[in-house]
Amino acid sequence: MSERGGQKADAPVVTGLGVVAATGLDAETYWKATLDGRSGIGRIARFDPAQYPSRLAGEIRDFDPAAHLPDRLLAQTDHVTRFSLTAAAQALADAAVDPAALGDYDMGVVTASSAGGFEFGQKELEKLWSKGGDHVSAYQSFAWFYAVNTGQISIRHGMRGPSGVLVTDQAGGLDAIGQARRHLRAGTALAITGGVDGSLCPWGWIGQLATGRISESDDPARAYLPFDRDANGFVPGEGGAILVVEQREAALRRAAPRVYGEISGYAATFDPAPDRDRPPGLRRAIELALADAGCPAAEIDVVFADAAGVPELDLAEARALTGVFGAGRVPVTAPKTMTGRLAAGAGGLDVATALLSLRDQVIPPTVNVGPLADGCGELDLVRDAARPAPLRRALVLARGIGGFNAAVVVTAP
Amino acid sequence: MHRRVVITGLGVVAPGGIGAKAFWELLTSGRTATRTISFFDPSPFRSQVAAECDFDPAAHGLTPAQTIRMDRAAQFAVVAAAEAVSDAGLELAELDPYRVGTVVGSAVGATMSLEREYVIASEHGRRWLVDNARTSPHLYDYYVPGSFAAEVAWSIGAEGPAAVVSTGCTSGLDAVAYAAELIREGSADVVVGGASDAPISPITVACFDAIKATTPRNDDPAHASRPFDNSRNGFVLGEGSAMFVLEDLERARRRGAPVYAEIVGFASRCNAFHMTGLRPDGREMAEAIRNALDTARMDPTAIGYVNAHGSGTKQNDRHETAAVKLALREHAYATPMSSIKSMVGHSLGAIGAIEVAACALAITNGVVPPTANLHEPDPECDLDYVPLEARDRRLDAVLSVGSGFGGFQSAMLLARPEGDAR
Repeated sequence: MSERGGQKADAPVVTGLGVVAATGLDAETYWKATLDGRSGIGRIARFDPAQYPSRLAGEIRDFDPAAHLPDRLLAQTDHVTRFSLTAAAQALADAAVDPAALGDYDMGVVTASSAGGFEFGQKELEKLWSKGGDHVSAYQSFAWFYAVNTGQISIRHGMRGPSGVLVTDQAGGLDAIGQARRHLRAGTALAITGGVDGSLCPWGWIGQLATGRISESDDPARAYLPFDRDANGFVPGEGGAILVVEQREAALRRAAPRVYGEISGYAATFDPAPDRDRPPGLRRAIELALADAGCPAAEIDVVFADAAGVPELDLAEARALTGVFGAGRVPVTAPKTMTGRLAAGAGGLDVATALLSLRDQVIPPTVNVGPLADGCGELDLVRDAARPAPLRRALVLARGIGGFNAAVVVTAP
Repeated sequence: MHRRVVITGLGVVAPGGIGAKAFWELLTSGRTATRTISFFDPSPFRSQVAAECDFDPAAHGLTPAQTIRMDRAAQFAVVAAAEAVSDAGLELAELDPYRVGTVVGSAVGATMSLEREYVIASEHGRRWLVDNARTSPHLYDYYVPGSFAAEVAWSIGAEGPAAVVSTGCTSGLDAVAYAAELIREGSADVVVGGASDAPISPITVACFDAIKATTPRNDDPAHASRPFDNSRNGFVLGEGSAMFVLEDLERARRRGAPVYAEIVGFASRCNAFHMTGLRPDGREMAEAIRNALDTARMDPTAIGYVNAHGSGTKQNDRHETAAVKLALREHAYATPMSSIKSMVGHSLGAIGAIEVAACALAITNGVVPPTANLHEPDPECDLDYVPLEARDRRLDAVLSVGSGFGGFQSAMLLARPEGDAR
């Protein structure tokens, strides 16, 4: 049920954002680049991609981990954990949270992961198989596994409340936010959530190639074109966002400096098995999230699309959106065309981006997309330039390989 | 909506025998299923013992295509899920797919398949720029273990919420709790949930060797897992899966389904201390236990059995003993507390679910499984660890606890169903 003009008393609020992406190493830098339509996609520099059929990524450059983390943590962490710890520290600073001022069981951490600290894992596999087990790092037992980012954030900030890790590929970031909301409703005052992901190393890269969904274009402006008639796969990236979410009352009590918005609705569904003649689950996830938010479709002012960049998946998403909202009735955007698809990092970053859109009343663009594919032409896709608009509610969508669907509704404060 | 959640079916793939019946027979006999590793030559490694499953996928109904596609842990989960669905008497065709959820816990995902593929792609570690032309077309499914939930969901035709929960060695308890919450909050009416891990591969053995977490007791593999015994010196790696049919109590009553147990309480905490270390006072695990009791509105004295994490590291056994004493106070001394890891090893993310299966069967059968190999307790571990032999005992409520790398501490309370148990 709606209260206070659409706000729900038990809906958690987002009070802090931390972003690490190819287009910016903090939320405001990222947001400015996003509004300007500047892409971070380019040829992979972390390793030589020449021998692989796909060579572009949304790679984070100019990140100096030593500027953010002590040596002790550098020795035991993969890139992705360094990014996560950096984004979490930013988000807590942004929210002006003093962990010492809160009870230590009042703060939890729920993140999404797709592959853990994969480059760390590749290095240790290489040592094991080329030199022997004695050469494997004492940190391998926890540096690569899926729970590493939650564990390290919890330790660094003394957060002892209910915590968790979700692995649902690209849907994971939204599922983590949904789980953090459950923890807050059950009594925890504050949670760190979202996700930061990426596995730009040769071993991670060939895993991604196995999906058959990675663009083989060498032109950064023609590689990731969701909903475009020339859609030819996607470009992976690395990074994501960490959010501070709080019980509304807890945020008011500690006089949090700002509220970006509330998490008003969430739902997850799963697609039917491939051999079943049943419709995909994205539309139902949207409908359930809207119902959970107590929000009629007409109240959604912008949709942040999953934007797979694979023709049949783009078509399925376009159909779901048209089915729920009507043809061209809601602006749709995919700023991930500038960062690449971030797997478990995507949901958190799209929610952060949606909240910044609500704050500044402007929809960031989808870049590089030209004429729309057949069946996608009814979408009002915000292309080329940011579009100012009155915005109160946004819908964020994510789909994970295998069939995971998740949807989140956020509302301006 | 706050509905009550019950277990109406269970399936187990565990060392010592496949299926819930073989599992329960092993646990109550006090026999062990630990042995010298047979999957690869373990001689280069410090710890050479494990609890392996003798698992033939074809014998359990998996097609050749499924067997080739799925990692061993995914195979375990699908087989255990099928047993659970059959045990619960669920007619899948009569379920609304949208109202069926799927949750699988796993600590390390498709480690065996990943390592196998890595060795191929890297020519035994010689190439940093690994070769994508020679690896499995299913590599991404190994890379992201969300595929485990996908495989289970496909096998049962579920289209409700689906997830893999990966919180290290508490994944199993946390996944069952996640599944129960989906029902409690009304997102699903039935959830097939549990956990699976199949980590017995060289990289796993090497990484635990590196921190001396696993036992070097290689000359006596059948007695290598010795939780709470003074001679214990590390855990024994295991593998397996347990999956459950969880449903809303009212729904189970309507269809007349026998109930193993109700999930009445759960809580998790983090120690925020160390990725692999434990604070000796056990205060975060104690806090999880106390909070689980609060959510169940249960007095500690109601607990008739504690299923211990009991990994068999000195650090764990003392941490856990301290935690249980902190949370249950005097009642800790009057409550049997055993570790089935003494018999089936430590299957990382799976074991929490396997231990829930042990708890459900303990309630149903009125039997407490023992801690095998416990001859001389560590003097600092002074509770009743049920040494060597199973014990008859009517159980109205049981507590299962877990502790994992990353600092996770979880506690779940299961209660005997009202009226007659199954």
